[in-house]
Amino acid sequence: MLLRVIVRNCAAIRLGCLGATILLVGLLAGCQGGVLDPQGPVGAAQRTILLNSVAIMLAIVIPTIVATLGFAWWFRETNTRARYLPEWAYSGRIELVVWSIPILVILFLSGIIWIGSHDLDPMKPLDSQQKPLEVQVVSLDWKWLFIYPEQNVASINQLVVPAGRPVHFSLTSASVMNAFFVPQLGGMIYTMNGMTTQLHLQADQLGEFYGRSAHFSGDGFPGMQFVLHAVAADAFDAFVNSARSQGQALDKASYQELARQSIDVPPSTYRSVEPDLFHEIATQGVPPAPGPQAGRPEPSVSPATGG
Amino acid sequence: MLGKLSWDVIPFDQPLPMIASAVVALAILGVLAWVFLAGHFPYLWREWITSVDHKRIGVMYTLLALLMLLRGFSDAVMMRSQQALAFQAPGYLPPDHFNQVFSAHGTIMIFFGAMPFVIGLMNLVVPLQLGVRDVAFPTLNSVSFWLTATGALLVNISLVIGEFARTGWLPYPPLSETAYSPGVGVDYYLWAVQISGVGTLLTGINFVTTILKMRAPGMSYLRMSMFCWTSLAASLLIVAAFPILTATLAMLTLDRYFGFHFFTNEAGGNMLMFVNLIWAWGHPEVYILVLPAFGIFSEVISTFSSKPLFGYRSMVAATLFICIVSFMVWLHHFFTMGAGADVNAAFGIATSIIAVGTGVKIYNWMFTMYGGRIRFATPMLWSLGFMVTFVIGGMTGVLLAVPPADFLLHNSLFLVAHFHNVIIGGVLFGAFAGYTYWFPKAFGFRLHEGWGKLAFWLTLIGFYVTFVPLYAVGLLGMTRRMQHFDVSAWYPWVLAAGVGMLITTAGVVAQIVQLVVSIRQRAALRDATGDPWDGRSLEWATPSPPPVFNFAALPHVEGEEPYWSIKQRAREQNRLRDEPDYEPIEMPRNSPTGFICAFFATVMGFALIWHIWWMVALGALGALATFVVFAWRDIPEYVIPAAEVARIDRANRSARREALVTYTGPRP
Repeated sequence: MLLRVIVRNCAAIRLGCLGATILLVGLLAGCQGGVLDPQGPVGAAQRTILLNSVAIMLAIVIPTIVATLGFAWWFRETNTRARYLPEWAYSGRIELVVWSIPILVILFLSGIIWIGSHDLDPMKPLDSQQKPLEVQVVSLDWKWLFIYPEQNVASINQLVVPAGRPVHFSLTSASVMNAFFVPQLGGMIYTMNGMTTQLHLQADQLGEFYGRSAHFSGDGFPGMQFVLHAVAADAFDAFVNSARSQGQALDKASYQELARQSIDVPPSTYRSVEPDLFHEIATQGVPPAPGPQAGRPEPSVSPATGG
Repeated sequence: MLGKLSWDVIPFDQPLPMIASAVVALAILGVLAWVFLAGHFPYLWREWITSVDHKRIGVMYTLLALLMLLRGFSDAVMMRSQQALAFQAPGYLPPDHFNQVFSAHGTIMIFFGAMPFVIGLMNLVVPLQLGVRDVAFPTLNSVSFWLTATGALLVNISLVIGEFARTGWLPYPPLSETAYSPGVGVDYYLWAVQISGVGTLLTGINFVTTILKMRAPGMSYLRMSMFCWTSLAASLLIVAAFPILTATLAMLTLDRYFGFHFFTNEAGGNMLMFVNLIWAWGHPEVYILVLPAFGIFSEVISTFSSKPLFGYRSMVAATLFICIVSFMVWLHHFFTMGAGADVNAAFGIATSIIAVGTGVKIYNWMFTMYGGRIRFATPMLWSLGFMVTFVIGGMTGVLLAVPPADFLLHNSLFLVAHFHNVIIGGVLFGAFAGYTYWFPKAFGFRLHEGWGKLAFWLTLIGFYVTFVPLYAVGLLGMTRRMQHFDVSAWYPWVLAAGVGMLITTAGVVAQIVQLVVSIRQRAALRDATGDPWDGRSLEWATPSPPPVFNFAALPHVEGEEPYWSIKQRAREQNRLRDEPDYEPIEMPRNSPTGFICAFFATVMGFALIWHIWWMVALGALGALATFVVFAWRDIPEYVIPAAEVARIDRANRSARREALVTYTGPRP
């Protein structure tokens, strides 16, 4: 009986699988620039886990959907060929299967979760011959400050890193919570005042990758975005040299200026950075950045007036 | 004198909220004027506002929910249209307004749309299914409702006077602290949610007591309907989880009002503690909403398959399993805050384990349909739509429980699509199934089937056209809550979601038309028997609408499907059971306590938001005095004479006898 229903619905199952495949392929093809088009080892590993998990679950989700619709249709009131079992409400065997299927799937998935969480712990350094580049990230209202402690330069809303070399990010926030996210490189991590989070990423190829804050942080939130330029090693040195030769120095005074709220800030660089500035911000050695002074935002930060 | 209140707080310079609120205010004034001029007020006061009848309170909850769903939906329309217009452009909503819109959308939909809808259906149905006359604390029930209405009112006042929170529906500090949100928006949020939260907590206590202590004779725990079980589980979750919400919001309130440092950046405040606490409430809250919906589906699928629920005990076990595990998963809302691999993995596994409980439920519903004679009435369509949609939402949910995948998808529109998938596809579809299923019970006539089916199909299609693009654009890295965006790859998907919104809007219109058409054609849609769907649980033993005392004589329950067995015996013997001995029935008297108390709570909440301290004292004293007066009243009950009980029950019996004669039943 059950078998007959299933056989009858074989065509439907095949159609369902085909539809799901087309959708998935469409998404993969359409996802240029997204998390399904990774450009580094972390993003690639995370994508693999994502796709594996989906595949495992689809293996039971699709038959479940098909069987639901199949049962509903076959046992419709007007179908004279369907058997009516008005008292049938228990079957030990079916109960066993009904509990076992989800438990087995979740057991399998739990393995993926445990191993994946440890392999892809954001705090874990990447396997590489090269020493990671240190970058300190501070989220401000509403722009990103990137400090290169070894090079002693800093940039706003642009991030230049050498391709093929791991980058170790230490992150904090000067004011409210944000989340640092470069979709094509993988892994997102929050920035919070008074705390430091860690993240390891690497870009495999040269390229420009979109990055932004993934946690709502106030009126200037949409503009909290940046471009990550993955460049060749010599181009990175050139960037550092050019940053050193121009722009302001980032000391306590210019940091206070920077920490005030502003929206849609264009990329820029600082020629030098006061030592330990990141540490001071993260441990509240410098006071947290101020917020607005009134209920509504000041005119200077309203996009309506182009601020 | 008036605290922070002045003429400046009314946004005369912003036409959109002014026009919207003017329309709403005119509509309210129009309704009020009509009520008073046409002389309906005494009726409304006597029969509804002061009513402590669980059925009336249930209807008022549902009405509040429908109105707030409309308000929340209009916020959704604004968000989708703003984003559709805001590709490399400012759109029509400036950030401070857009941010209020999405914050209000979430707050209203969860606290004042979904919660009252679910609680309203619980109120209407649970005492009937238990075979009792009312809930354990009828006046408290009325207080609960009116406090919920107070919260909804405060949120809507913020549209005109001042502003609403611009922090999202969960006001994460430090953004919600005075340093970064100095306005009254967060205060509106805090007091609206806090006051309605008290109402919800009282409801939880009321229903736990009712279900544990007040069942009809013979109704053992394992004879209760599935909806009673899930309502019990949800009420237990309310009792356990809402105090956490109250405490968390109280701490944020202390930060904002008295300069405490629970969650601030300075002086040792710990914002992560807020995130932990709010989700320790927030995740059980998801199950507070969805468990009763699961119960509704169990009732509907079994009734319309003309079969008992498959694996009843298994379903009970799965419900309690979900109830307990839902308290152990809260950290999955912030895997990306750097908790470390062991913690993330443990919570990820705990989260995916919940899917075992829901998986079992899905399969049991499937096998309930197996061997059935399925009638595709509107409630059954909502249930089938749910089963398909919820399985997809569950899958994306388990995907987000895998920490490395969550690192890519957290806070993206993929996440937004996921929780709308489970909340619309689970809670809302369930609420609409219950609404169409029990509407005849509440009002004595059915809803129009044609419009109901149209509403279902439009909502279902609209849902998929809106949220499949949001899944896709989330995979492209688009973050939630963006007032405008610059990435061209996202634009077509955002436009597609906008089209979905148009279809959903048509679905909403169809729902409204359905209600209007049904009221106009109520004579033709009349449910004379009290059992329009050939139901199986005790609510269908009462006439539609049921008399205030529900049952002339409390039913004696002898099995899992009490009304079905009564009906079957009547069908076999071709006669009804013997008439019971009618006795006078004592029922609780109506009480204005809830309404007056909520009036003072509104005054107090508003005064707290605007720092008008004398008015705070007035509101608090007024609410207290109301309770004192209530506590001192001498005659809490009135008596319905036996003759009146007999008259009502004999009418019901004669309708049943007629139905017995004409009954054909499902084809064998």
